[in-house]
Amino acid sequence: MAKHHIEATVNGDAMEFLCETEDTLLDVLRDTLQLTGSKEGCSSGDCGACSVMLNGRLVCSCLVLGCEVAGHRVDTIEGVAKGQALHPLQQKFLEHAALQCGICTPGFIVASKALLEKNPNPTDTEIRYWLAGNLCRCTGYDKIVTAVKDAAVALRKG
Amino acid sequence: MRYEAPDTLEGAVALLSGAPGEARILAGGTDLLVQMRADVFEPALIVDIKKIKETRAVAEEKGGWRIGAAVTGAELKEHPRLKQVWPGVIEAANLIGSTQVQGRATMGGNLCNGSPAADSVPALIAAGAVATLAGPEGRRDLPVEDVMLGPRKLALKKGEFVVSFLLPPRPPRSSDAYLRFIPRTEMDIAVVGAGVSLTADAGGTITAARVSLGAVAARVLLVPAAAQAIVGSRLDRPAQDRLEAAARAACAPIDDKRGTIDFRVQVAGVLTRRAALIALDRARTA
Repeated sequence: MAKHHIEATVNGDAMEFLCETEDTLLDVLRDTLQLTGSKEGCSSGDCGACSVMLNGRLVCSCLVLGCEVAGHRVDTIEGVAKGQALHPLQQKFLEHAALQCGICTPGFIVASKALLEKNPNPTDTEIRYWLAGNLCRCTGYDKIVTAVKDAAVALRKG
Repeated sequence: MRYEAPDTLEGAVALLSGAPGEARILAGGTDLLVQMRADVFEPALIVDIKKIKETRAVAEEKGGWRIGAAVTGAELKEHPRLKQVWPGVIEAANLIGSTQVQGRATMGGNLCNGSPAADSVPALIAAGAVATLAGPEGRRDLPVEDVMLGPRKLALKKGEFVVSFLLPPRPPRSSDAYLRFIPRTEMDIAVVGAGVSLTADAGGTITAARVSLGAVAARVLLVPAAAQAIVGSRLDRPAQDRLEAAARAACAPIDDKRGTIDFRVQVAGVLTRRAALIALDRARTA
């Protein structure tokens, strides 16, 4: 069967790609569009390493088909920094050493950004519940929560 | 594997009923994609129903609420009115998975995945929700408790799919609640789930109730005996005891790694009582 020809907006840019029905959005991002910031952890929606925004909604890109995003807006970790300027979340993850191996980090940043856009001043509990779908197996969560809270402060100051 | 995203009910029905091999509905995909990857299913056709307006709408209808089968958990939570009228249904839908899963998962998918442990299903059954199906012979309505026949077995005919749910009008002093037991605080599959919906009079006496239990039988159960145990009462201790006993009597669970038969039966009683108390408390101010 012929591949699907899909047009979508990725990180603000109009993009088009070809995909098979079974290709996930994560497959398309990583293998076709070479946007390898989104990571493949579990491929079953459990780990959050592939988190992206789909039409402004946080989702696991491993649980979305590439052909589903036709005409839609996808925002990935690659769109978070503005040129060389890191987003406050990225800066605070570095400052607080909220990562070790870094595989989970893009997903945490994308998910945390979604949280802070919705709730600029979250409590520890709100952060932990919101990020419960992002698994980190080496750093542990305390530093991540601290980084998110500190980024929230920075963002509120503007 | 073919992918189609029709924008009409008729288009979806034609695709589903004309499909030569296995056809699967795609709504949120949080079960379907995982099962395809695990080779549980290898459909010849995937029909994405999200372009059909009715599957994505939430609207008042005949004094009740119609909720599209492909409305996500996150959208339900953000709805300005639903949470007040049907807090139990909304909290049940929002117990499913992580924030990411909530951004995609739907009540139509939760029902049609055919799991006896589906969290939103006991809440929908307790609510008296009716599923509206579209199929080759047109539309029909089926109470949610009649949609699932057993694990992965549905009462849907070839070519049929769930378009929406209708939640009935609410009399004054009505509310609902859903509780589940899992061994952690978030993101797990219900060991037991209990949904209770009820209406009280001005004096706090329960005038109508529906009770539903999940994960304690091969399908999600409607338990009329449990409802009868509290109708006419103010949910005092003897009524609570009758409710617990009736809930336990309805259970026919399995032993598995998440819970033994004895444990599930015990917990079913406790959760049903607690859900009823929450629902009555909410009903007093509803």
